[in-house]
Amino acid sequence: MSVLLKVENATKTFGGVVANRNVSLEVNEGDIAGLIGPNGSGKTTLFNSIVGAHPIDSGSVQFEGQEISKLTVPVIARRGLVRTFQQTRIYAEMNCVENMRISAPDARSSVLSLLSGFSSQVDVRAEELLDFVGLASKRFLRAGSLSFGQQKLLEFAMALMSEPKLLLLDEPTAGVNPTLINGLIDRLVRANKELGVTLLVIEHNMRVIMNLAEHITCLAHGEVLAQGSPQEVRDNPIVVEAYLGASA
Amino acid sequence: MTNVQKASLIGGGFFLCLVAPFLMPQFATQLTMLWLMVVFALTWDTLGGQMGYNSFGNILFFGIGAYACAVLQRDLGLDYFAGLAVGLLFAAVLSSLIAIVLGFGMLGLRGHYFAIGTLGLGIAAGEIAGGWDYVGAGSGMVPPLYPTDLAGRELFFYFLMFALALATFLVLRALYATKFGLALNAIRDDEDKAEAMGLQTTQIKSFAWAVSALFLGIGGGLAGNLLGFIDPRDVAFAGATFGVWMVLMAILGGKGTLWGPVIGAVVFHITQELFWTYLLGWQRVALGLLIVGIVVFFPNGILGTLRERRPEWFGEKVEERA
Repeated sequence: MSVLLKVENATKTFGGVVANRNVSLEVNEGDIAGLIGPNGSGKTTLFNSIVGAHPIDSGSVQFEGQEISKLTVPVIARRGLVRTFQQTRIYAEMNCVENMRISAPDARSSVLSLLSGFSSQVDVRAEELLDFVGLASKRFLRAGSLSFGQQKLLEFAMALMSEPKLLLLDEPTAGVNPTLINGLIDRLVRANKELGVTLLVIEHNMRVIMNLAEHITCLAHGEVLAQGSPQEVRDNPIVVEAYLGASA
Repeated sequence: MTNVQKASLIGGGFFLCLVAPFLMPQFATQLTMLWLMVVFALTWDTLGGQMGYNSFGNILFFGIGAYACAVLQRDLGLDYFAGLAVGLLFAAVLSSLIAIVLGFGMLGLRGHYFAIGTLGLGIAAGEIAGGWDYVGAGSGMVPPLYPTDLAGRELFFYFLMFALALATFLVLRALYATKFGLALNAIRDDEDKAEAMGLQTTQIKSFAWAVSALFLGIGGGLAGNLLGFIDPRDVAFAGATFGVWMVLMAILGGKGTLWGPVIGAVVFHITQELFWTYLLGWQRVALGLLIVGIVVFFPNGILGTLRERRPEWFGEKVEERA
């Protein structure tokens, strides 16, 4: 099992605020890794740093053994490292099928090769994935008219459509109703097992992340507090203290 | 609508466009201007509607086209029609190239900053052309005259401009039906997301501007010859009239739709001409009120409002699988 993503001593500051300090983590190929921590602990900052939205000040980020910390967002995405957003982002004025079509790998090629129609393979795949997330009947509706939870599912389907090697999910269950959450977890696991997508998931819902992830990293105040299996992290008194603010 | 109905509607409309200058010869020049307005609205909408980049500087490419064509016609010494053909080709190429070069810089600006930046482009170009002796400076340029021994000048330009409008429409329609069209919409809806999904946004945006500039450049070359005089600020880089109208027409008809700009251009041009005819002296006031009315009551335009009321006409429906 090879290391797909390796973050070493990543530090990111905004003015005087240290959002990430010497954060190191590894994600193995085929894994589902979790990233937890109280609000403001630097989880999303770390995501942004990994995908190139704001480069780290020092340290290194390696994807498939290659340094990517100096690359831009689209370049990193084309290598197969794709993220979803905490504030769900879909193309609101386009319908679901169009959202899926433009997320396919062939949409990332140069502009001249975009001047062609849609391959039937892409459309079949789009249908399958929309089916997979349960949006098949809504596929001709404007994505902006879907409910928040449905938009989350659509964004997830779009991410899968782009056939990433590593998918970073920023709170996939936030704002999704409890019934739907079970379905979503099921789909995350299936995407991992059947489609072979490695996942790194930020999640606040402990029940979800403890069941889902094989390895968990806990951040607090921008630093790594604990790393290990769900059991180890959950039983770590420092983690409990960080979350509850009480001295155990 | 069945296919037969559709085909007969399109065929009928096309036929009407062909015979219009014969039916109403006194309006031939006005109808030619109408097709220019259609080109204006369609090309503006590529960026403003489909891609969500409100450009107030597209008039730049129109002006460049007008001058480029006229300069070649003046200096090459070809006969009128050959000169015009070469001039139009040059106008198209030059406008597109400038759009690509500008695109890599300007299209990095987003939202209001892009709008303001492009506004500056048009004004700057007008000032430069107005002070540059090679293109006649403030006194403008007069393109070569249509051969006097030949009749049908008005018809000639009518059909050229109609062909240009038709070509613009068909090319854009084809483009919007490709992955490129979807990429434009994706950039409009959420450019950060498009980047995060790996789309080559810089290339896509510049290419879109170049396509828009291509047709505007030809339109400029034709308009210069049609009007017979290229004034740097009132014709070529007429930001306050043509430059604003192209935005309004697209908004009036419905931004980001294929037919919206066409409908908007027709409605706007006819209204404007009626104002000139029946409200002379007050035509500017009426036009101003119309503009305010459009922005306040039809922010989504004719087709946009229709889409809001009747989404199912635009294919938005829940589809249950059997």
